[in-house]
Amino acid sequence: MSRWRLLAGFSAMVLTLAACTGGGGGGGGTPPAGGGDTGPLPTSIGPGEGELSLIAWPGYTQKGWVEPFEEESGCEVKVKYGNTSDEMVNLMRQGGGSLYDGVSASGDATNRLIAAGDVAPINIDLIPDYSEAMPSLQSPPHNTVDGVHYGVPYMWGPNILMWNSALVDPAPTSWDVVFEADSDWGGQVTAYDSPIYIADAALYLKAHQPDLGIEDPYELTSEQLDAAVALLQQQKELVFKYWAVYTDEIQGFKAGDMAVGTAWPVNQQLLLDKGVKVDVTVPEEGVTGWADSWMMSANAEHPNCMYMWMDYTMRPDVQAQVAAYYYATPSNTQSCDIMRKTFGESTESVFHCGDEEFLSQIALWKTPLADCGDGSTDCMDYTTWTEKWTEVRGT
Amino acid sequence: MATTETTGYPDAPNGPVRRTSAFLNRSTGGRLALTIAPPLGWMVVVYLGALTLMIVTSFWRLDPLTSEVQQVWGLQNFETVYTGEVYRAITVRTLVTAVAVTVTDVALAFPIGYYMARMASRRMRNILLVAVVLPLWSSYLVRAFAWKTILGGGGPADWVLETFLGIEEPRIGASGWAVWLTFSYLWLPYVILPVYAALERVPSSLLEASGDLGAKGLTTFRRVVWPLAFPGVVAGSIFAFSLTLGDYITPTLVGNRFFIGNAIYNFVGIGSNLPLAAAFATVPIVIVAIYLSIAKRLGAFEAL
Repeated sequence: MSRWRLLAGFSAMVLTLAACTGGGGGGGGTPPAGGGDTGPLPTSIGPGEGELSLIAWPGYTQKGWVEPFEEESGCEVKVKYGNTSDEMVNLMRQGGGSLYDGVSASGDATNRLIAAGDVAPINIDLIPDYSEAMPSLQSPPHNTVDGVHYGVPYMWGPNILMWNSALVDPAPTSWDVVFEADSDWGGQVTAYDSPIYIADAALYLKAHQPDLGIEDPYELTSEQLDAAVALLQQQKELVFKYWAVYTDEIQGFKAGDMAVGTAWPVNQQLLLDKGVKVDVTVPEEGVTGWADSWMMSANAEHPNCMYMWMDYTMRPDVQAQVAAYYYATPSNTQSCDIMRKTFGESTESVFHCGDEEFLSQIALWKTPLADCGDGSTDCMDYTTWTEKWTEVRGT
Repeated sequence: MATTETTGYPDAPNGPVRRTSAFLNRSTGGRLALTIAPPLGWMVVVYLGALTLMIVTSFWRLDPLTSEVQQVWGLQNFETVYTGEVYRAITVRTLVTAVAVTVTDVALAFPIGYYMARMASRRMRNILLVAVVLPLWSSYLVRAFAWKTILGGGGPADWVLETFLGIEEPRIGASGWAVWLTFSYLWLPYVILPVYAALERVPSSLLEASGDLGAKGLTTFRRVVWPLAFPGVVAGSIFAFSLTLGDYITPTLVGNRFFIGNAIYNFVGIGSNLPLAAAFATVPIVIVAIYLSIAKRLGAFEAL
């Protein structure tokens, strides 16, 4: 008897608790529609709050340029590294969005943050160097919605094909070495471990199966997505290991377990530094890539410091420094002259600094949405992409 | 109890302390309630509360555009998880690995535990006990990473496989084999300890009696030692089994396929799809519940 009473008591307590937390928490039932309704834009940058809390890609906030900023602005910078776009989106939403002031978001994260109202509109007039940004990055769809700016461009770069040049000969010119079943490098291929990598498969299909009618690798119909996923299922048999954190790929190439696969420019540089012979190319099918923006949380506790940071990181000398460390390309065209002093010809041949044409050929990461961009809404959204990616990785 | 000399206000015969103490003396239930309330409250609020919240979440859904959780009730997540082929594949992979790891660990732990409990000298036993527990002093992550290095290209595992088995370029650094080996290593101490404890409790007199009655070593083992130690073996297997079932770090480091934990991590970390993750999390709960009910029937809980 008494045991049942005790059990009933438990259940009542648990249910009450669930009811309490269920009603209040969970991120709120009604998300604000599209943002942009967070009041008027600031017209000047006020005094700094003395602190700044950022989410950044590893390598984006090194001492070399953060310390001078701290001295100049009086804002002490705290950084939480995010290893993937998805992690960054989650981090930005923690603590009701007030835990972090800003994020270096890639294009596959930005629209999610904007749509959920997580990030604040930016008054770009407060950032003098904004006008020096490459024209196509001044109001790109990944951070500007309905003419409202939500981000300040930072660095960009391609996802290139990298191979171990001591093993792979002749040099590949197509992504077929990582996708086709008859690849010579079965078992030693690597691929990027994120749903957004589906776009790489779609880009390959765009060139090799024109009858699928793929225009934009991020705007895929159900049929197109299935074709891309089928290609990835085929690729899986070739893959030694997927890399999510760039050190995974560096370790794999160093050990000789990986011979060919998609890479960021910084991965190649770090491998070269370790004495591993690797070479890269932009294959004939083209490449996907990323353009990152600094975005400010809609509930930032230190908005002035964040504005100062966005202003600072837009400067040509700062971006040139980041480029030298991270091997990404600055969005500020004035950085190119500074880089030429260090890198000479590589500024153009490797970094494609200020190269609008090269940038326009990259299929930049963006969040897949149901809206296909041409009026129809039967494209597959990111949630579906995630489920499909689980299928690739799970079966 | 000598309570007569107590004086002073709070301890006065009708003071609150005295009354409380009298109440507690009289009421068994009150005493019990006070003693277990704090840990029980913790258990209910933090432990069961979180679990309940997770189960509640599994009925919600995700807003496709903002990928925020909408508190609309529905069974769609369970439908996805329990009918999707991929989730079945992931579950089977995880389950098979968990069973393989459990069998391996028991096979390794039994002889070690037997030697420690019945054959080793006191000194040797202590040395072995320390050796078994020692790895637990270092971080799990460090041990898993160590196996990544051992199994990686050009590592010791490659050398062994090439030299002794003649396998060229084995490349097992990211494979099911690597996951199985690493798990077996990681959970071994958790299996050895309960097996050792169970074997130590088998009275020597029973073994002697068995011998006196004419049983050979193998018969004694089969009919005396094994049945008595069996609950300990099952207890140890619970650890190896359930730890494998819930782990996602080892498959990330040395595997190349998703386990249940990876899929859940992917839903939460990448898709921000907490409801689907919560629904999938019920799968290992169900599996472990079945396992535990079998283990209970086999008497494992008496050996813990």
